[in-house]
Amino acid sequence: MSTLLLAEHDNAVLSEQTARALTAALQIGAEVDVLVIGKAAQAVAEAAAHLQGIRKVLLAQSDDLEHHLAEPASALLLSLASGYTNIVAAATTTGKSILPRVAALLDVMQVSEIIAVVAPDTFKRPIYAGNAVQTVQSSDNTRVITVRTAGFAPAPHGNAAAPIEDIGASPASGLSAFKENRFAVSERPELASARLVVSGGRALGSEQSFRDTILPLADRLGAAVGASRAAVDAGYAPNDWQVGQTGKIIAPDLYVACGISGAIQHLAGMKDAKVIVAINKDPDAPIFQVADYGLVGDLFELVPAFEQQLSL
Amino acid sequence: MKVLVPVKRVVDFNVKIRVKSDGSGVDLANVKMSINPFDEIATEEAVRLKEAGLVEEIIAVSVGPAQAQDVLRHALAMGADRAILIKTDEAVEPLDVARLLKGVIEAEQPRLVLLGKQAIDDDCNQTGQMLSALLGWSQATFASHISLSGDKAEVTREVDGGLQVIEVTLPSIVTVDLRLNEPRYASLPSIMKAKKKPIEEKAPADYGVAIRPRLTVIATEEPAARKAGIKLSDIGELVGKLKTEAAVL
Repeated sequence: MSTLLLAEHDNAVLSEQTARALTAALQIGAEVDVLVIGKAAQAVAEAAAHLQGIRKVLLAQSDDLEHHLAEPASALLLSLASGYTNIVAAATTTGKSILPRVAALLDVMQVSEIIAVVAPDTFKRPIYAGNAVQTVQSSDNTRVITVRTAGFAPAPHGNAAAPIEDIGASPASGLSAFKENRFAVSERPELASARLVVSGGRALGSEQSFRDTILPLADRLGAAVGASRAAVDAGYAPNDWQVGQTGKIIAPDLYVACGISGAIQHLAGMKDAKVIVAINKDPDAPIFQVADYGLVGDLFELVPAFEQQLSL
Repeated sequence: MKVLVPVKRVVDFNVKIRVKSDGSGVDLANVKMSINPFDEIATEEAVRLKEAGLVEEIIAVSVGPAQAQDVLRHALAMGADRAILIKTDEAVEPLDVARLLKGVIEAEQPRLVLLGKQAIDDDCNQTGQMLSALLGWSQATFASHISLSGDKAEVTREVDGGLQVIEVTLPSIVTVDLRLNEPRYASLPSIMKAKKKPIEEKAPADYGVAIRPRLTVIATEEPAARKAGIKLSDIGELVGKLKTEAAVL
């Protein structure tokens, strides 16, 4: 019994997602090796080696692995798979792209986005955008698992370093090629991982008033900006701000919903926030049923007042 | 070139789902069902590629019960040319869906498969990637822009840090994200026309696939409910609560 955990990183810094996924991996109960794939990623391997509870770090480097393209990354994982009972990754866009390929070629069903480990072969996972939670038991000999990291605390970093083993890389696939990254250069944090989010709904009335009302509060808080599907459909906010079942599913520490009624579709995207604040003039809006703190009133008065209160 | 668009019949995204009281699953009786929204985006993209003259034929395919014809008709009304229903009343896991789709692909020889990044019922996000692996094809997940030229496709992907552009060699599997396009509404004439388009019916055995679930669902439960919150009288009180009681500021 042992577990291979795929590290999440950008070739320079090990993501906290790996430490969170490690907590889940350790709960499964087997010894855990961390796999770092990339290029010039020695510093990442060294950081991973300090994660408490792991046996060793495997480091595979090549030009082909630099951007974690799914085909070479899954081929590499597959070449290691026979030594492991569990293959685990954080449910990031990278983990979600690579692991199902490994599962298919091992002829096993991936268990996607687990939020709890019940037993070594049994896990809880959300379905219907978190509106139900399934407990599933895997009958496969090798288990391929992605972890929804919001549900697990990061494993601590210690002083003792686990050994790092250089394992070389598998040959290039030639099926796909990296062209460029266009990472958002925004002063605001990224919506998917932001600690604080301020969101606006259709009640904002126009793109201009959305910007004039929501952005100052978000910037004062250092928060990301979100929007309901209705606000996006009406053109008040861009698509990538959409929070909901068909948009982004987020779990920030604080979610401030301004002029959002709280349709099921939207609630599915944000109801795992630690604290929800709702500002809405309709006292019967469904958003108040999930909000920890509700303010009934005109958002065009309350939101600027909120911002001013914070600057005091 | 031919494009294959796999579409899944799921509970409509506007429906509030209900977990059965005995924990045996989600209540699907008399619930409005629709095409998986991400698959609808995939269908739209295929139709746009055809309108741009880059695609000759669009084949929609679904795995599911007889009623899955409805989502195939939806795809046909949007502009797909014909459809295949692999009929089964069993619950089919993504790995078996991928094995079935592999069979369709070997028979139909499309150069491109467009499908949603995930279904909004099981939220697995794996069928496309599994299919790509089984075929040994390239894959591009979370596509928000696709441009075809020759035997390559340049795909912009929505990744955690922003956007990533990759080039894949055709044939390829592309899974689509929300921002790729906005699906059209099917007009009444196109809905009428879709009724005349063929839907071929197949069985899993036609592709040599025996449905074999690997995961046993032990329980389905409601997520922990949020406790009822409180209504506050003014912003000053809110900021105070956020700073002290909730300690998030």
